[in-house]
Amino acid sequence: MLLGPSGSGKTTTLKLINGLLTASAGRVLVEGRSVAEWDITELRRHIGYAIQEVGLFPHYTVEKNVALVPRLERWPEEKIHKRVQEVLQMVGLPAAEFASRYPDELSGGQRQRVGLARALGADPPILLMDEPFGALDPLTRAELQKEFKRLQQRLRKTVVFVTHDVSEALLLGNRIALMESGSLHGVYTPQEFVTKPDALVRRYVEAFQATQHIFQT
Amino acid sequence: MLEFFAAHKREIATLTGEHLWLVGISMLLAIAVGIPLGILLTRRPGWKTAVLGSNSVIQTIPGLALFGLLLPLPWLGARADRLAIFALTLYALLPIIQNTYVGISGVAAPVREAAVAMGLTNRQLLWQVELPLAANVIVAGVRVATVFVIGLATIAAAIGAGGLGEFIFRGLAMVNNDVILAGAIPAALMALIADGMLALLQRRLTRAHH
Repeated sequence: MLLGPSGSGKTTTLKLINGLLTASAGRVLVEGRSVAEWDITELRRHIGYAIQEVGLFPHYTVEKNVALVPRLERWPEEKIHKRVQEVLQMVGLPAAEFASRYPDELSGGQRQRVGLARALGADPPILLMDEPFGALDPLTRAELQKEFKRLQQRLRKTVVFVTHDVSEALLLGNRIALMESGSLHGVYTPQEFVTKPDALVRRYVEAFQATQHIFQT
Repeated sequence: MLEFFAAHKREIATLTGEHLWLVGISMLLAIAVGIPLGILLTRRPGWKTAVLGSNSVIQTIPGLALFGLLLPLPWLGARADRLAIFALTLYALLPIIQNTYVGISGVAAPVREAAVAMGLTNRQLLWQVELPLAANVIVAGVRVATVFVIGLATIAAAIGAGGLGEFIFRGLAMVNNDVILAGAIPAALMALIADGMLALLQRRLTRAHH
C-alpha cells in the first residue's frame, strides 16, 4: 500500500515500476532485475495494471478488453476463451451476461471490475493499482474492496496499491508505505501503523479515528 | 435543358467519368499521404506548425492560380491531368492531415496510458487503439476534402485536364446556361452522393463503438 497525500509521489512510484516513467537516479528492481534491464514490453505484460479512470478500450467489448494481454501474448483462442470466463467470474461479472457488452453499457462499478479483470487477464504475478476504487460511490467501493480482499487471499499476487484513503490502506494492506513530498516516510504493518508514536503517522490515524468517533458514543 | 442533356448524354457520361477519375486518384493520393503525415504529427508534435502551416498557405492560393503556376514545371506540366491531380491532391491534404492529428490526439489519456502499461507496442497502440478510435474523425476529414475537390476539379478543364468543367467553361464562353448546367448539375450530384456515402461510413464507424 502506497499511502500519502496528492503529489507525494505515489503514482510516480507506481509508474517507475512498469517503466511508464524512467528513474532519473537509482534503480527499480522487479523480481531482482533492474527495470532498465527488462525488455520493456515483456515487463509490462508481466505486470497487471488497473487505474481509477479504468482506461478500458471503448471500442472493445468486455470480452476483448479482458482478453487483451492474452491475445498480445498469442495464447490459443480456446485458452483465452476459458480464461476470460474464469476472470470475469472472479470479479463477479458472469460472462454470459457481460462478455459482449461495451464499456459504456456498464455502471462505474462494473467498469472497475472489468478493469480489474483485464489486469488479471494473463495471470500476471504482479499487479499495480492506482486508486482503482477512488471514483466509486461509498457502497460500491466497500463492496469492491471486500471482494478484492477475498480475491487477493486466494490469488496471492504481489500487489502495489496506491491510495490516499487510510481506511482502505488498513483494510487491504499487509504493509503500508507512507509517502510524504516525494520521499518514503516509513513502512509499517497495519498493526504498527495504528500504534506508532511517529507524528505524521499519528495524524493519519487520528484523521481515521475522527471518522470512527460516532460509533463510540 | 432536358433536350440538351438528352442530346449530349454520351458526352456528359464521358466527362463525368473523367471527373470521377481526377477526383478519385487525387483523393487516393491525398489519403495515402495525409493519414501517415497526420500520424507522424502526433509522434513529432514539433513538426505540426511547419506541416499544417505550409498546407494552409497552399489552401489560400486560388485554384486557377495554382494550376497556372504549376504549368511550367518540367514533369508535372507535361500532362494536364497529371498536373490537375497533383494540385487537387495538395488541396485535399489539409483536412485529412488535420483530422487525423485531431482524431488521434483526441483518444482519452487513460485509454492510451492503460494500453501502454498493458504492454502494447507503439505499432499495436496505433492500429488497435488510436486509428480505430480516430476513424470517424479521419473519415470526416476525407468527406470535407472529397466534396471540396469535386467542386474544385471543374477548374481543371481550364488547363485542358477534362472533367465536367469542360461544359462549364464552354457554357460560359457561349453564354448558354444549358451547357453550364450540363457540367454543374452532375458535379453537384457527384458531391452530394460522395458526401452521403461518406456520412454513412462515418456513422457506422461511430456506432461501432457507440
